[in-house]
Amino acid sequence: MTTSEPSPTKMQPTLEDIEIQLLLEGIYQYYGFDFRNYAMSSLKRRIRGIMQAEGLTRVSALQDRILHDRQCFDRFMVSVTVNVTSMFRDPSFFLAFRQKVVPLLRTYPYIRIWHAGCSAGQEVYSMAILLQEEGLYNRCRIYATDSNELVLAKAQSGIYPLELMQDYTQLYLKAGGRRSFSEYYTAAYDSAIFRASLKENIIFSQHNLATDRSFNEFNVILCRNVLIYFDPILQRRVHQLFYESLCTFGILGLGRQESLRLSPYEKQYEVLAKGEKLYRRLS
Amino acid sequence: MNVQIVVMGASLGGLSALKVLLSGLQPKFPVPIAIAQHRHRDSRSDIIDFLQHYTSLEIREVEDKDSLQPGQVYFAPADYHLLIEPGYLTLSTDAPVSYARPSIDVLFESAAESYREHTVGVILTGANQDGARGAAAIKAQGGTVIVQDPRTAEGTMMPKAAISTTTADQILPLLDIAPYLSALCSLSR
Ligand SMILES: C[S@@+](CC[C@H](N)C(=O)[O-])C[C@H]1O[C@@H](n2cnc3c(N)ncnc32)[C@H](O)[C@@H]1O
Repeated sequence: MTTSEPSPTKMQPTLEDIEIQLLLEGIYQYYGFDFRNYAMSSLKRRIRGIMQAEGLTRVSALQDRILHDRQCFDRFMVSVTVNVTSMFRDPSFFLAFRQKVVPLLRTYPYIRIWHAGCSAGQEVYSMAILLQEEGLYNRCRIYATDSNELVLAKAQSGIYPLELMQDYTQLYLKAGGRRSFSEYYTAAYDSAIFRASLKENIIFSQHNLATDRSFNEFNVILCRNVLIYFDPILQRRVHQLFYESLCTFGILGLGRQESLRLSPYEKQYEVLAKGEKLYRRLS
Repeated sequence: MNVQIVVMGASLGGLSALKVLLSGLQPKFPVPIAIAQHRHRDSRSDIIDFLQHYTSLEIREVEDKDSLQPGQVYFAPADYHLLIEPGYLTLSTDAPVSYARPSIDVLFESAAESYREHTVGVILTGANQDGARGAAAIKAQGGTVIVQDPRTAEGTMMPKAAISTTTADQILPLLDIAPYLSALCSLSR
């Protein structure tokens, strides 16, 4: 009887595994979107969901359809990533941001913020509201990026279902909000249209963390609930990108269950708020 | 057979069942254990603090890409699915499966795919059918499925669903599960 570490037995790939690799390779070569280093277990589930929706039983058949039918590829793009988001998601994060990060930002004349993987934009508008309330918004330029054009278009519109506002109001208050949340939007039929002034300093653009380079130097980078969809290799690469894109003493914010453990630069950061995924680059 | 991963699923009544089960495991349990317990999406880590009192195995709320270590207990965080990859764990916020996130099916199916016959799945008490499909997936890969005897379960529906969906290797009273697991995982190594 031994208690040595269970080295994961090297398993023969299944036929489905091989087909998925071929599908991802084909999509990369033909359409330029690189899903090859996404976390396989959850990606597989979503690919199976897409096959079901398309009425197909084999990944090879899905590959055939995706490569020859642009509309099928567009449908694939809608379903292959997880775009769930919310305003003030994990409100304690935003509260900590107000308490620990805002005082640091006050010392800067000009602040550049990057939301990487902003989905339909709720996180970005949450930040814009917070910065307006703290009187910092005018000094900020916010870059909101995502690899998915469709969610980016929603983000740009700043229009969300009105029925969500009750939840969002609660989260806003838990996040330390100081006003009446309804000041920030106008209700029209069943939509909530967010105030245009929130968008003034936001630049929305497409950026793919798997394939695109750094495009600026930032004081703050938020990338929450995006890295969980990547495998360790891609996570490491993206952490490299973030490190290179942060100025010294820049702030990195991650999702509630994410960490710097896979960053080659873990030691170059300090924890800014205990229990929250807010870090400061030291050197 | 060489067990390399143990996955457990519990719902209604799960905390008291897990308390009993974990406290019965030997201190140097030779295999990693991953648990999906249905919980409210706002619940925080106090569940883990509670369970930690009853076992010397370290219980950890999973952070994405945690590596799997023997003798560690990995607990699915509220409102995330927990999935097993070869050697590590992954989280996702994909839509709930059968209203559940974490979903026991998702955990079990991913374990079955990553560790195949080296997987052991344990279905505990619960008042829904989550885990039945996952248990069947483990059996289909040649792994082992243990189900809590419904007569000893606060919620009988979940163990019953697993029993009727697949051929469980063992249907055991709650108290017997820990000794059985300890023997199974130690013997096979
Ligand atoms: C679950 S959402 C997170 C949204 C927001 N940050 C939050 O925490 O609520 C994940 C987003 O990551 C985006 N994403 C996935 N892969 C990406 C990539 N390679 N580059 C940039 N964004 C990506 C998806 O399109 C999706 O909008």
